[in-house]
Amino acid sequence: MELSVSLTVNGRRYDRQIEPRLLLVHFLRDTLNLTGTKIGCDTSQCGACTVMLDGVAVKSCTCLAAQADGSSVTTIEGLAPDGQLDRVQEAFWEKHGLQCGFCTPGMIFATKALLAANSNPSAEQIRHALEGNMCRCTGYQNIVRSVQAAAAAGAR
Amino acid sequence: MYSANFDYHRAKSLSDAQRLLASNPGAKLLAGGHSLIPLMKLRLASPSAVVDIGRIPELRGISKSGDGIRIGSLTTHAEIAASADVQKSAAALAEAAGLVGDPAVRSRGTIGGNVAHADPASDLPTVLVALDAKIVAIGPKGERTISADGFFTGIMSTTLADDEVITAIVVPALAKEQGSAYVKFSHPASRYAVIGVAASVTSSGGTCSAARVALGGLVPHATRANAVEKALVGGGLDTTAIGTAAAKVGTDLGNEVTGDIFASAEYRTAVAPVYVKRAIAAAAARAGLA
Repeated sequence: MELSVSLTVNGRRYDRQIEPRLLLVHFLRDTLNLTGTKIGCDTSQCGACTVMLDGVAVKSCTCLAAQADGSSVTTIEGLAPDGQLDRVQEAFWEKHGLQCGFCTPGMIFATKALLAANSNPSAEQIRHALEGNMCRCTGYQNIVRSVQAAAAAGAR
Repeated sequence: MYSANFDYHRAKSLSDAQRLLASNPGAKLLAGGHSLIPLMKLRLASPSAVVDIGRIPELRGISKSGDGIRIGSLTTHAEIAASADVQKSAAALAEAAGLVGDPAVRSRGTIGGNVAHADPASDLPTVLVALDAKIVAIGPKGERTISADGFFTGIMSTTLADDEVITAIVVPALAKEQGSAYVKFSHPASRYAVIGVAASVTSSGGTCSAARVALGGLVPHATRANAVEKALVGGGLDTTAIGTAAAKVGTDLGNEVTGDIFASAEYRTAVAPVYVKRAIAAAAARAGLA
C-alpha cells in the first residue's frame, strides 16, 4: 500500500507517496535529506529525534509520517534563517551546552517546548523537562546553564 | 527500525473506526502510537492493518459526568496531568499522568492506548485499579462498561475484545475525606515504573473506612494489594499503622514479582513496602488525616 501525504516542513510543503510504515524521522532524513534530526535509541527514550509537530515537541522515531499528514513540522534546519541562530541555539553555543552535538537538535526542541510553557524555569524544572533527552557527553551541567541563559535572553 | 508492512486507514469518526475494524480482520487501533509503534518496530506486533483513530474529536477531552470525571480515550497524558478537575478529584491520576515517560511522550501518548496496551510497567493501569475507575468500550454488540479492577489480566493482556474500541475512562467522584496518591520508582532511562503504587483512602472520624491500594511495575498486571487494604481498614492512618499495613505487601506479591537486568525480583520485593507506605501516607494526607 502507498499513501499520499502532504507535510509542511520548515515552511515548505512536500507532497510525497510513502509506505505506511515510514516513520516521521525517516521521512525527514531519508526522503527530504534533512539529517539534522538524529536517530539515537530508536525507542522513544533518548530524544535525539525530537522535532516540533504542530508546535508540540515530539519524538519523530515514534510517529508515523502518515500520522503527520497535513501537519507542520519544524526541524533544526528550519529553526532560524540560514546563517542565523535561534536564541536557544545561541544560548547552547554561548554556554557550551554540547560536546559531540548529537543530542543537541533534540535538546533544543525540548528546551523550546519548556520555555513556551514556562519562561523562567528553575534548574530542577529544566532537568525534569529534559528527562526525555539523553546526553552522553556533557553531564548536563552546561545544558542546564544553556537553558537558563536562553530563558534569561527571553527565548521561547 | 522499520515495522513490517501494513495497510493504513484513518478513521474520521467512531463509527468509521468500527467499520474499518470490522472490514480489516487483524487490524490494530493506533491513537498516539506510543505503545503500538515501538512494538511494531520490534516486530513484537505485525498487524496487517492499522486503523488510525488519532483524529476523532469525540474521543478527546475531559468532562465532569454525574458520577465522576469522564476522560475521552484520546486524551493525552499531558492533558490529564494539567487538568484542574483531575488534580482535584483524582490526584493520583494527575500525578501518574505527569510521571509517564517524558514531556514529548506525554504530549502524544493517550489514556486509551495506555490501558489497551496494558504494559505491566505502565502507570495508569495501577492508578485506575486503585481509583475503581471504569473503562467504557464500544463494539459490534454495543457499549459496555468494564471495571478497571479485572480488566488487566496479564502482561499486555486485557479483557478488551479485538473488535472493541475504548471510548472513555470514568473515574468516580471523590467521597468526603477521601484522598489518593501515586508514587513510583522510575527506570532512569525509559521512566517506566520499576515499582508503582497507587493508594486511595477514605477516613471516617480519623479511622480508615475504605482503602484501595494497587501495585504495578513489579507484577504481570496492575493488581490490588488485598492484604494491605485489609490491614488498613478499621484502623488509624498514623505512620505506625500505615507502616504495619504496608509491610503486608509481601503477602500480596507472593511469587509473582518480575525481575530484570535493572532490578531483581528480590530487590523489588524488598523495596515495595517503602513505596506502599509512601503512597498510603500521601493519600492519607490528602484525605486530611496526616
